Amino acid sequence: MPTVAPLDLDGHCLAAVFLNNVPHFALADGAVHRLDHGHKTVEANDGLLATFHDAVNDRLITGGEDGKVFAVKSEGVVEQLADAGKKWITSVSAGPQGAVAYASGKIAYVRFSDRKLKEFVHPRSVEGIAFAPKGMRIGVARYNGATLHFPAADGKPTELEWAGAHTGIAFSPDGNFLVTTMQENALHGWKLADGKHMRMSGYPAKVKSLSWSAKGKWLASSGAPAAIVWPFQAKDGPMGKAPLELGTRGNSMVTCVACHPSQDVVAIGYEDGMVIAARFTDAKEVLLRRPGKGAITSMMWDREERRIVFGSAAGDCGVIDITA
Amino acid sequence: MSDTQTQIPVTVLTGYLGSGKTTLLNRILSENHGKRYAVIVNEFGEIGIDNDLIVESDEEIYEMNNGCVCCTVRGDLIRVVEGLMRRPGRFDAIVVETTGLADPVPVAQTFFMDEDVRSKTKLDAVVALVDAKHLPLRLKDSKEAEDQIAFADVVVLNKTDLVTDDELRDVEATVRAINPAAKIHRTQRSGVDLREVLDRGAFDLTRALENDPHFLDAHDDHDHDHECGPDCDHDHHHHHHHDHDHHGHDHHDHAHPSAIHDVTVQSVSLRGGEMDSRKFFPWIEKITQMEGPNILRLKGIIAFKDDPDRYVVQGVHMILEGDHQRAWKDGEKRESRLVFIGRELDAERLKKSFDACQAVTAN
Repeated sequence: MPTVAPLDLDGHCLAAVFLNNVPHFALADGAVHRLDHGHKTVEANDGLLATFHDAVNDRLITGGEDGKVFAVKSEGVVEQLADAGKKWITSVSAGPQGAVAYASGKIAYVRFSDRKLKEFVHPRSVEGIAFAPKGMRIGVARYNGATLHFPAADGKPTELEWAGAHTGIAFSPDGNFLVTTMQENALHGWKLADGKHMRMSGYPAKVKSLSWSAKGKWLASSGAPAAIVWPFQAKDGPMGKAPLELGTRGNSMVTCVACHPSQDVVAIGYEDGMVIAARFTDAKEVLLRRPGKGAITSMMWDREERRIVFGSAAGDCGVIDITA
Repeated sequence: MSDTQTQIPVTVLTGYLGSGKTTLLNRILSENHGKRYAVIVNEFGEIGIDNDLIVESDEEIYEMNNGCVCCTVRGDLIRVVEGLMRRPGRFDAIVVETTGLADPVPVAQTFFMDEDVRSKTKLDAVVALVDAKHLPLRLKDSKEAEDQIAFADVVVLNKTDLVTDDELRDVEATVRAINPAAKIHRTQRSGVDLREVLDRGAFDLTRALENDPHFLDAHDDHDHDHECGPDCDHDHHHHHHHDHDHHGHDHHDHAHPSAIHDVTVQSVSLRGGEMDSRKFFPWIEKITQMEGPNILRLKGIIAFKDDPDRYVVQGVHMILEGDHQRAWKDGEKRESRLVFIGRELDAERLKKSFDACQAVTAN
């Protein structure tokens, strides 16, 4: 039977992550709490807006209302990486060779590990930013499509067009696909080799959480009363295939998904704070946490595949131990 | 429309450069009214107040992918409101200041069309600042100035000290001609009572038409001076077909002109008796579906036959909302009133089809 170690915080949790295997919780006010032999806190942004877990470097990248970008590491180590001025930082990401990307208004910035900075100005706002898994390449979600840049080289960007507002962006772990979340209730995808479109629609709400399963075979998503899991094993991705619907509930929407690091299992968080795990092969479900005070906003599995750290919009966060 | 208690009110300030928006905003931020405001601006610019909650945001107009040209929202507002609402304890209300040339419609529609925004905030009112001296020029060179007035719930007619009484009457008549439903305040140096601007509940169906006794009454006799001005009977070429006379008021029946000849927005005011709900709802839905792109705003109070409660409706383009408001009071005249503000509205057809929705009564 799984057990939950709760941590009740005051405020909206944007990111719940393990850093050096220690649970960390980044709240909207900019404070980053951690459960490291007791409850400890460190301040990063003055108002947190965007986070990205940099798995390679075991750190959390944060961007905020103060226009600053920080890297938060375990043991309360906070390093300021950038200051973009008075405007909000709307999106952050991290990529190969210690590079970090962030967005403010219409500008996407890439900061290399040697602190060199490169700017990419767009005609419209940068809504989301992500690194490709290999090579120095970023994708920018924007109105009417996405733009790919090669920050290490000079050259023209690649434009991917699809009408509508694209609000978030993610590459598949193999780098073959690019997926965006949209203002309308849909995902859009491109097969990067040939630019083929993938339209993933039918959601009753906006998709705000995406998670790739082990080796990128599946893409789990929120935005429905079930986790919608698209098959990406075939070379054309999910085209012509129906997604799995896991953990369907009649009375609550899925707000957060986090795929298991190695198995075909997804942790599903709901609007009412409930968390379950569901297996892809037989849709079998296990209850991990009963409903709480707020919608689940963030989840992550630890390296041992034993614990899940979770955060909520109301601050009732915690750590689930599935082996206990 | 649940969670009304937790929905943060949003006031939208529109107005051309130089109309006094920044002055009004500075007053809202600095005066001692006991409320804290988060302000969303396009440029930090001239706001002289030090406030952590002034957010600069780039105007991002999104067309929705549903084939409807008037279904636009402000993507930047969706993002900023989402960010602000993660820490709701910091402020009591939000003010959105638009650029001089901004179209107020996507701003307003954001608060109806985006589910996340709608669940956390509610549009309180659209306030247009108008420079009394320069309005005639503005109307000549831009559609936006007219749209801002047409779309407003409250018009602050500012800089009245820079015009003569006659000019002021003309300007006010023009504002009235564009928007007969708005409340107009004459001011100097944006000196309007902030209570007339903030917390108006103009989009709140239970309040909207209640706290404004003049709503829809702009064409009654007592308002006549205000509305037409001294040039009422001049030779005009812009026809504003205001049909308000089928009740047999002994009252002028001509189209209302504007004193200033650069107005393309018109309003159509309809009056009728008790309505048949089985006819009215299909009618208003069809009108907003078909004429949606031409309708900037619509507001109305409807008396349905055999219904003890007043029914209120309001709309923005194709968005239509309606609800029962309160019981009709004893002695209150059970009549239906509806105002459309827009362009290329067929007043005759609207009037005829509206009249056809009336309930058949014994007398």
